[in-house]
Amino acid sequence: MSSAPDNAGPMKYAYYPGCSLHSTAKEYDASTRAVSEALGVELLEIPDWNCCGASSAHGEGHLLSTGLPGRNILLAEQMGLDIAVPCAACYNRLAVANAEMRSDPGLAEKVSGVVGLQFQGTSDVRPLVDIIVNDDGLEAIGARVRRQLEGLKVACYYGCLLVRPPRVLGFDDADEPMTMDNLVTALGGEPVTWPHKTECCGASFSLTRVDVVQKMTGDVLRMARDCGANCVVCACPLCMTNLDMRQGGIESLTGEKIGLPIFYFTELLALAMGLDMVKSCWKMHFVSPEPLLRETAAV
Amino acid sequence: MLRRAGEGGHQTSPALPQGKETVLKTKDDSESRSPVSIGGVTPDSRLRDLVERLSGQKVADCYQCGECTAGCPVAFAMDLMPNQVTRLVQLGLAEEVLACRTIWLCAGCQTCVARCPQLVEPSAIMDALRQIAAERGIKAPEGEIEAFHKAFLNSVERSGRVHEMGMIAELKLKTRKFVKDVPVGLGLFTKGKLSPLPKPVKDRAAVKKIFKELRKHEETADE
Ligand code: SF4
Ligand code: SF4
Repeated sequence: MSSAPDNAGPMKYAYYPGCSLHSTAKEYDASTRAVSEALGVELLEIPDWNCCGASSAHGEGHLLSTGLPGRNILLAEQMGLDIAVPCAACYNRLAVANAEMRSDPGLAEKVSGVVGLQFQGTSDVRPLVDIIVNDDGLEAIGARVRRQLEGLKVACYYGCLLVRPPRVLGFDDADEPMTMDNLVTALGGEPVTWPHKTECCGASFSLTRVDVVQKMTGDVLRMARDCGANCVVCACPLCMTNLDMRQGGIESLTGEKIGLPIFYFTELLALAMGLDMVKSCWKMHFVSPEPLLRETAAV
Repeated sequence: MLRRAGEGGHQTSPALPQGKETVLKTKDDSESRSPVSIGGVTPDSRLRDLVERLSGQKVADCYQCGECTAGCPVAFAMDLMPNQVTRLVQLGLAEEVLACRTIWLCAGCQTCVARCPQLVEPSAIMDALRQIAAERGIKAPEGEIEAFHKAFLNSVERSGRVHEMGMIAELKLKTRKFVKDVPVGLGLFTKGKLSPLPKPVKDRAAVKKIFKELRKHEETADE
C-alpha cells in the first residue's frame, strides 16, 4: 500500500491527529483539514485513537513504547489505509513502532495479542508534510496558489523528530531536509539558508527545565533571525508551542527583540491558496503574524 | 574528553566512585571480566548486559569518538557527556551513571543516533538507564523531569490521551511547586488551547490493558 494510487480518485489516509491537535495545536488541525480538503486528500480520523506515549513511554521499556503507538497502527490497518500524521513527535513514535513490528515478529505478536488485532504490516506511516508536498507534487500545489507569499523570508524548521533516525524515517535528508523549503518556494516565498533546520528546541522540558528550553529555543530563534528570516515555518505542534509561546519570555530574559512569527506549513498553504479559514488561526498565535502579513501584502 | 565546541567547559570529569555497595554487585557471569577495583569500588559487570538487553544496543561497539557529544544540543546542561555515559556503562560504573542528570536531560532528539559512526543509539542507552534507575529506586537528580514523565503516563493510562490540565495539576502536586510557568499556562488557557474537560478514548480498557501487560514487561532486575 506504499504507493499512491495511480487513478484519479481522492487520496485517502487514516488520520492520526494526536493529543496536541485537539488542544494546544487546534489551528494546526483546522488548517490541516482545510488544506487537505482543498487538495483532494481525504483524512479519515482513526476511530478511538490513543496517545502515542511520546517521549515519556521510553523510560518504561520498549514494549510499552511500541504498544501505545501500536494500537493506532492496528486500528488503521483495519481501515486498510496508510497513516497521515501531522505531529512530528507522534509521527516518529508511530513510524519507529511500525518499523520495529515489521522487523521483529515476536514484538508484533505481543502487541497484537494485547490489542486483540493481528498486525499485518500493511499500513505505512507518513508525515503529513510529505503527503501534502509529494503525493501530488509541487506543480499541482503551485497551480492552486492565489496569493504569492512575496516578502516572506522563511526559516524552515524541521526540528529533530521529523527526519531522525534516518535509518527508519528517511522521507527527506536528516541534516539538510528540503521538503518545506521547496514548498515555500512554490508558494512564492523565499526560504533562507540557515544551519539550525534540525536542531532540537527542547520541547520535552517545556514544563520542567524552563531554563534549558529557553536556551535551546532561543538559539534556534536567534539563528533564524540572524540568517535573515522574518518568520519561521514548522511541521510540529511541540516546536510551534515552544518557538511561539516561549518567544516573549526569551526576549524579556535577554532583553533583545526577536519578533519572529511562527507558522504551521499548513497555514502558509491555506494563506497562499486563499482559504479564508486561515484568518481564524492568527488569534491563536502568541506572536501575531498579522503585522508581517500586512507589511508584505500577503494578506 | 570531547565536548560540544565552545560549550560545557565548566564540566568536570565524573568523580570516581565513593563506594556505596548497595547498587554495585560483584560479578558472577561466565565471561572472564574479573572484579577489578576502581577507586575502591567493584564494577557492576552485569550493568552492560542489562543495558544491552533493554536497549538493543551493543554498548561495546562504542569506541568513544565523541561524535554523539559533539552534536548533542543539551550537552551544555548535562553533568556527564553522552559518550561518558556509554563509557561508564562499558566500565560497569553503575552508581555514577544511574545517578547522573544526563539520563534525565536527554531530550531524545536522536542527533546522536544519526551521527554515531558505530551505529550505537546513545538515546536508547539513556532510556534503558532511566528504567534501571527507577527499578533500583535511585532518586532522580532531575526530580521534576521524572515527575513529568510519570504525570504524563498517568494521564495516558487514565484516559488514553494526554489531558494537559490534569497533567499540570498532578505535576504541581507531585513537585509541590506552583507550576513555574503559570503565565504560560494561562496564556494557553486564554487562547482556548487548554480544555478543562478531558476527551478520553472510549475503549479505556484497551489502553489500560496495554499498560498492564506491556509496562516493564522486560526484566530489569539483575537476576
Ligand atoms: S558517537 Fe557512537 S561510537 Fe562515538 S562516542 Fe558516541 S556512542 Fe560512542
Ligand atoms: S538524543 Fe539525547 S544524547 Fe542524543 S543528541 Fe539528543 S539530547 Fe543528546
